Amino acid sequence: MNWKAFFAMLARDAHVARRNFVALLFQTFLQPLMFVFIFGRVMVGSGYMPPSYKSLLLPGIMAICMVGTGIWAVAMPLIAEFQFTREIEDRLLAPMEISWLAIEKVVAGTLQALAAGFMVIPAAWLLLRPGVDLNVPHPILFALVALLVALFSATGGLALGCSMQQTHIGLMFSLIVAPMIFFGCTYYPWSALEKFPVLQKAVLVNPLVYASEGLRATMIPQFPHLPLYAVLAGLIFFNALLLATGLRNFRGKAIT
Amino acid sequence: MLAGIRTRDLRKTYNSPPPVAAGTGGFSFGAPKGKGKQPKPEVVALDGISLEVSPGEIFCLLGPNGAGKSTTVGVLTTRVRPTSGQAFIGEHDVWKEQVAVKRLIGVVAQRPNLDFSLTAREILAFHGAYFGLTSHERSKRAEALLDRFKLTDRADQMVRGFSGGMMQRLSIARAMMHDPQVLFLDEPSAGLDPQTRLLLWEIVREYNQSGKTILLTTHNMEEADALCKRLAIIDHGRVIALGTPRELKSSVPGGFLLRLRFGQHSPDLLDRLKALSGVREVRASDGDGTDLYADRGGSLVADVASLASAAGVELCDVHISEPSLENLFLHHTGRSLRE
Repeated sequence: MNWKAFFAMLARDAHVARRNFVALLFQTFLQPLMFVFIFGRVMVGSGYMPPSYKSLLLPGIMAICMVGTGIWAVAMPLIAEFQFTREIEDRLLAPMEISWLAIEKVVAGTLQALAAGFMVIPAAWLLLRPGVDLNVPHPILFALVALLVALFSATGGLALGCSMQQTHIGLMFSLIVAPMIFFGCTYYPWSALEKFPVLQKAVLVNPLVYASEGLRATMIPQFPHLPLYAVLAGLIFFNALLLATGLRNFRGKAIT
Repeated sequence: MLAGIRTRDLRKTYNSPPPVAAGTGGFSFGAPKGKGKQPKPEVVALDGISLEVSPGEIFCLLGPNGAGKSTTVGVLTTRVRPTSGQAFIGEHDVWKEQVAVKRLIGVVAQRPNLDFSLTAREILAFHGAYFGLTSHERSKRAEALLDRFKLTDRADQMVRGFSGGMMQRLSIARAMMHDPQVLFLDEPSAGLDPQTRLLLWEIVREYNQSGKTILLTTHNMEEADALCKRLAIIDHGRVIALGTPRELKSSVPGGFLLRLRFGQHSPDLLDRLKALSGVREVRASDGDGTDLYADRGGSLVADVASLASAAGVELCDVHISEPSLENLFLHHTGRSLRE
C-alpha cells in the first residue's frame, strides 16, 4: 500500500475543503440551525411544542448535519470528477491501487462529517439554551456512534456519487436525501411512530434512523430510543453494504 | 531503467449503454441492466492490435477519429480494460501489475483532465506528491516545468479560467512531473497554435533524448512525419501499416497521388491512363473520381488532359499530392485521413 500517495490525496482534499471553507460552513449549518431556531426556540417558546423537544431535537440535528456534510463532501466531487472532463484521472493514475482512492474519499468525508457534527453541538446548544438536557454517560460509546454515523455519511456519499449522473443531482436530493431526512427519525424519536406501526417498521430500512437514534441513545439516554445493540448492528450493516456498493461502482466508473 | 511497450493481439469491444437522453429520465444504481432480450449494441474498438515499441523510441499511432488510437492508449495506461490480449510496459503486464506500470508512465489524455479545484502550480505539486516526490523536489520541478511550458505568469491562478491551449500545455507538464520512463501523448497538439506546437515538438524530442519512450497519437501527418521514428497506421481497430515514415511513404506506388475528376466515367480512359509512363496504379474512386498513383506529379497533368480530350471526356479537377502519409492512408483504406 502506497501511504505516501494516500496521504497526498488526503492533503489535496483538505486543501480544497479549506479553500471552500466559508461556503461549506453556510451550506452545512445554515438550514439546520434555522430549523433549530424555529422549532426549538420559536415553537417551544410560544408553547406549541413541549420544552423537552429541545433536547430531542439536538441529536437529530447533529445527525442531519453529519450525514449532509459527508454525502456532499464525497458524492458531489465524485459526480463532477467522473464527468466527461475526468478530473479524477490524475489520482487514478497515481501509483496506488484505485480502490484506495475511494477509501481516501471516505476517510476525507468521515473527517468532515465528524467536524460538522462536533461543531453543530455548541452552535445548536447556544441557540436552544436554556432547557437542553444533554447527558453523555459513556463518552467512548458516544464517540463510537458518532464515528459510525460519520462513516455512514461518507460511504453513502461514495455509493451515491458513483451511481449518479450530474443531471440527476436534483433528483438525488429530492428523491433520496430529503425522504431519508424526513423518515430518518431526525426531528422526532423512533418511538413517536408507535401510532403508525407500518411506517415504524418501514423506516428501519433507512440508515439515518440508526444514526439519529444512536446519537439520541448516547446523548440523551433519558428519552426513549432504539436499543444500542440495534443501533450498532444497523450502522455497521449499512456501512458495510454502502462501502461494498460504492467500491464496486467506483471501480466500474474508473475503468471502462 | 529503460522501458518499451508491447501489445499482443489486443481486442476491445464496448457494450455501450444507451445514451442518458434516450433513457426514461429515471436513474439507476450500478451498471445499467439490459431490458428484455434486446441485444446490447457492440462496438469493436480494437480488433487485434499487436505492437512493439523499443525503449527510447518515439512511436506514433496515426489514424482518423474513432480508429482505436485512444482505446489503445487507454489499455496501455490502465484506464481501459481489454476484452482480450496482453499489454506490457517494460516487463510489467499492464493488467496484472497496475501499480508498477503506473510508476513508469506519464499520460496526457485527449481531453484536458486537469484538477479544476487547484491552481496550475498546485496541480503539478500534488501530482508530484502522489508519486512520492519530496516537497523540495516538487517545487523545483514544478517551477522548471511552468517555465518550460511558458505558464509561470499564470502559475498561481485556478486552471478553470485557462484557455484550451494552456490547459493542454499544463497537462503535458503534469505528465512529465514525475519523470516517467514512458510518456503517452494522446493527440497532444490538438487545439495548439502553430507556435506552441513547435514548442511541444521541441520538448518531446528533448525528453526523448534523455532515453524516454514516447507513444503519441495523432491524425496530423505532419506531426507524425516530424517526430516519429516509426509509426503504425490504424483504422477500424487494426494496424494497417507499420514502419518508418520513409518506408511507409515509399510503399505507396510511385509516391505521388493525382486525384482526378472527370465529367463522366469512362473505363476505356482508365485503361489508357494506366499505360502512361510513370503511372503505377489507377483506381476509380467515388463517382467520377479517379486516383492515379505515379512516380511523377505535375508533369503528368498535360498527358492526362490530352488523353481525356482524345476520349471526349472533360477533365474537371486535378489535385496533386506529393509523397505523404496522407497518400499512404488513402492507398490502404480508400479514405482520406480527414474524412
